[in-house]
Amino acid sequence: MWGGAFYGPTLFQLFPRFWEEAPIERYIHRHKFSLLTQDSSLSAEFTTKKFGEPPYNGFSVLRAKFDRWFASKAEQAGAIIATGLQAEDLLWDRNAVAGIKAGGDELPASVVIACDGVNSDLTDKAGLRGKLSPRDIKQGVKEVIQIPRQLLEQRFNLSGEEGIAWEFIGSFTRGIPGGAFIYTNKESLSVGIVAQLSALCEKKIGANDLLENFKQHPSVAVLLAGGNLVEYSAHLIPTSGKAMIPTLYSDGFLVAGDAASFVLATGLTLEGANFAIVSGTAAAEAVIRAKQKRDFSKKSLSCYPELLKQSFVLKDLKTFKKASHFLENSRIYSQYPELACDLANKIFTNDGKPRKKIWKLLKNSMKDRVAFSEILRDLIQIKRAL
Amino acid sequence: MSSASIEVKLANNKYDIDKEVHVSIREDICKKCDEHYCLFACPADCFKLTEDHITFSYEGCLECGSCKIVCDKDAIDWTLPRAGFGICYQYG
Repeated sequence: MWGGAFYGPTLFQLFPRFWEEAPIERYIHRHKFSLLTQDSSLSAEFTTKKFGEPPYNGFSVLRAKFDRWFASKAEQAGAIIATGLQAEDLLWDRNAVAGIKAGGDELPASVVIACDGVNSDLTDKAGLRGKLSPRDIKQGVKEVIQIPRQLLEQRFNLSGEEGIAWEFIGSFTRGIPGGAFIYTNKESLSVGIVAQLSALCEKKIGANDLLENFKQHPSVAVLLAGGNLVEYSAHLIPTSGKAMIPTLYSDGFLVAGDAASFVLATGLTLEGANFAIVSGTAAAEAVIRAKQKRDFSKKSLSCYPELLKQSFVLKDLKTFKKASHFLENSRIYSQYPELACDLANKIFTNDGKPRKKIWKLLKNSMKDRVAFSEILRDLIQIKRAL
Repeated sequence: MSSASIEVKLANNKYDIDKEVHVSIREDICKKCDEHYCLFACPADCFKLTEDHITFSYEGCLECGSCKIVCDKDAIDWTLPRAGFGICYQYG
C-alpha cells in the first residue's frame, strides 16, 4: 500500500496523457495543512488554477487498481510480470550476483534490480546494507473509508474530478514525530497516520491509537461521519533520506525505490512513488548501457548513481539531508500547534473585554510553552534543514 | 484504542492465509525481554503479552516488517508469506 497521492511530471514523461487511461481517483487541485490541538484546529489552504489543468500537479490513487494498469504498460513494453513467484534468494557467480532463486527454481540474469521495498531482503542478501534502525523508519497505517460520492464532494467542496490532499500535525501524535493525512478518492477517503517507529516503542503507543485519536478530533470526525471502513493497511517508510541510503550497486546488482530509501520527507511533503519510478528508470538505463558494453560488473554499473545524481532523486535527498534530524524536534508536533491555536483563539474570541495588541497575545500564548530563544534556534534549524 | 478495535478493522481485510507460518518468534529470548517493543510496533496486534510471555499469531499480519526492525534481540524470524498468500489489498 501507499498513502495514496503522488506528484510531479514523472509518470507524464513516461506516459503522456496517462490520466486519460490510468485508473486515477482524482487530480489534486487543493492542498490543505492543519495544526490540531485537543479541540481546536488552525488551517492553511492553497490552490491555483494550474493544479486543475493537464498535466496536473498530483493525483490520488489506489494501488490495487493502479498497479494493474502500470504492470500492463510494462507488459506492453515486453516485460514478463510474474507475481506468482517470490524472489527468495540471490544466485551467485563467485562475487557477482547472477540471478535469483524463486519457488525452487533458479532464474539466471545478467543484472538483478532490487525493488523489493523497504524490507528489501535482496539488498540485505547482497550485503549492501545493515540492519535498519527504527529511528530512521516511520510506520504508516491507513484506512480506506467509503463515502457516497455526492456526500464526499459536498463535504470537501469538490466538483467533477477535483481532489484535496490534506495533511495534519498536532497533539494527536502525543509528541511523536509524524502526522496524519486525508486524501479524497472518487468515492472514498484515504485516512492515515505516519509515526516514527522508535518513538512509538519508547512511548509504548500503537500507531492505531494515534489514528483513532486523530479520527476523533472534532474537526476530523465531521469529515469521516457516515463513512464505512473497507480496508486497514500498514507500511513502513524509510524517512532518514541520504543518511540511510545503502550501497546502490555491486557486480550484477542494483537497488532502486524504497529498497534504496529513496523517500523525501520534509515535513510538508512525503514522497516516494515518483522517486521509485525515476530510480527504476535510471536503473533500466544503467542496464541498457551495461548491455551495450556487455559488461555487468560493478564498474560498468557505476553509471547508475551518476544518472541518479543528474535527476531529482539524489539532488533532492542531498538538498534536504538535514531535514530528518530537524523533524525529530517534538516542539513541531506539540508546542507550536498549541501556540498557534491558542493565539488564534485569543484573536478570534470576543469576550466583551478591551482587546490587547496581538504581540502581547503572542507573548502570553508563548508563556510556559516555548521561549524566544527556542523559536530562534528552531528558525535557524529550519534555514539549515529546509 | 483497545485491540478489539484492531480486530474489527482487520475483519474488513482480505487475506489468503498460508498454512506455512511466515513470521515466528524465539520464545526463549522473548521470555527474557523486558521492553516488548513488538507489542507497540505491530499495527495488527499480532503480538500479545499473556502473563509473562509473548505469543504471536501470523494470520492478521499486514507484512509491514515493523516487528523485525524494532526487536533489538533478534528474536523474530521474519519473511513474507509465500507468493500468492497473506494480505491481499483490494484498495492499497
